Amino acid sequence: MASVEDLQKKIKELEQALEEEKQKNRQGAVRQKISEMSSEVVDSNPYSRLMALKRMGIVDNYEKIRDYTVAVVGVGGVGSVTAEMLTRCGIGKLLLFDYDKVELANMNRLFYQPHQAGLSKVEAAERTLKEINPDVIFETYNYNITTMDNFNHFMKRITEGGLTEGKPVDLVLSCVDNFEARMTINTACNEVGQTWIESGVSENAVSGHIQFVIPGETACFACAPPLVVATKTDEKTLKREGVCAASLPTTMAVVAGFLVQNTLKYLLEFGDVTHYLGYNALQDFFPTMSMKPNENCDDTYCCKQQKLYKEREAKKPKVVKEEPKEEEVIHEDNPFEIELVSETSVEESQASEGQVPELTEGLRVAYSVPAPEQGDLGNNVVETDSTSLDELMKQMKSL
Amino acid sequence: MVDEATKRSLAQIPLLKTKAGPRDGEIWVGRLKEEYQSLIKYVQNNKEADNDWFRLESNKEGTRWFGKCWYIHELLKYEFDVEFDIPVTYPTTAPEIALPELDGKTAKMYRGGKICMTDHFKPLWARNVPKFGIAHAMALGLGPWLAVEIPDLIEKGIVTHKDNTAGAGE
Repeated sequence: MASVEDLQKKIKELEQALEEEKQKNRQGAVRQKISEMSSEVVDSNPYSRLMALKRMGIVDNYEKIRDYTVAVVGVGGVGSVTAEMLTRCGIGKLLLFDYDKVELANMNRLFYQPHQAGLSKVEAAERTLKEINPDVIFETYNYNITTMDNFNHFMKRITEGGLTEGKPVDLVLSCVDNFEARMTINTACNEVGQTWIESGVSENAVSGHIQFVIPGETACFACAPPLVVATKTDEKTLKREGVCAASLPTTMAVVAGFLVQNTLKYLLEFGDVTHYLGYNALQDFFPTMSMKPNENCDDTYCCKQQKLYKEREAKKPKVVKEEPKEEEVIHEDNPFEIELVSETSVEESQASEGQVPELTEGLRVAYSVPAPEQGDLGNNVVETDSTSLDELMKQMKSL
Repeated sequence: MVDEATKRSLAQIPLLKTKAGPRDGEIWVGRLKEEYQSLIKYVQNNKEADNDWFRLESNKEGTRWFGKCWYIHELLKYEFDVEFDIPVTYPTTAPEIALPELDGKTAKMYRGGKICMTDHFKPLWARNVPKFGIAHAMALGLGPWLAVEIPDLIEKGIVTHKDNTAGAGE
């Protein structure tokens, strides 16, 4: 049994140890807010290397980054890294949306730390990011954007959540992990004419992409079935036993890098913004291309935006462009006059495949959607009678 | 793609006509009526085929659905709560069906207990917009999922029959 003196001594020691720990934390100097970005090259200037981009003639006006607001939807493997990059770059304001919590199962990805498990992702992200750069303004929403109530609020924040309240955000970045949420962002951005960039990593973790969407000008997410970066793996042999998805920090960081690089180029107006950039991690192949919107897009707001875009374009002075003529392929030697004839007619195959966009090498559509059927759906269709909804609900309950 | 039994029962579910989501006001009410008619027919078919396996109901607006589904394994009935929201992009995107009480118990789930659909589900759904409705999502999504996952979960002892858990101190 320890004596009172021993215990008092022990307490002293512990108090001292605690004080030392506290001191350490204090020394991890909390960075103060900086009112103006300086290009002075000193150790204490967090922006000096970024402002050096001006001196090197890459960016004309780097400090403009502080005037911009970016909404990051989904702060998981790609979104959290994206938000961190933008924070370190000194973005003006970030809006973060996610309804998920940090879990230990997320630790194979970057950004979150084990002690944050259980916190909402947006809250954990805001805490860390504020510490990294207190100059950035944050707005966080811990909800699912695909449901009715949240969707309306989400749209409102996109259109009014800019640096000056009431102004729209400058760019929306989609870092979500499912088709439903992507379509939701697409719906909102088409409706309000908001430019956005879609990003994604495949469920087998070895490919990814980003897609730049200017409503009406480039293809929206609903204009074609989702694109797949072909990785020369046989999808039929892809084993999905016991799991839904795999993920790698590498692929996610590469995609986040592509996403933020193009965000910076778009906001600060340097270089070219890529409309579609794919990443095949197995062969290290990076297909890029541009895609025009589909005139028969399922999203009526996409069609409206296309009309508006054409009107805007018609007002601009014309630039005459010469198109290179494509030469017809004629085989030098074809003594038997062989011609290739398909078994199905062009119309038949078009009807079953619907509209397929022109794609560059290394890309394909995830699936094809048949052209809309004309007329009758056959006889197995719901009968529309005068039964009211209340009656139907009752009928369903009494089954 | 899908087994013969699923195909047969799928073919008997009435197809829907109206392409409308919960943001479309009056036309959504029309779509909702079609959903109910299609679901009622599907449940009736199941009963006739002695394969009754779920009940659903919705809130007044038809945006939130909930109910029960059950699975018979070795003559014992295992019952689970089902729930899902109708997303704003419905019917272009299918509802994400969830079994919240199994959340965290199987890797074949996304957060919140949303079941992991097969690779075939989404293309099949996309090819059948707006003809497929909630009844089709149940038949093609939840039905096959239960048939694969529940026996496996029972075998692993993760899911136990409620008569057997009485003394287990769960």
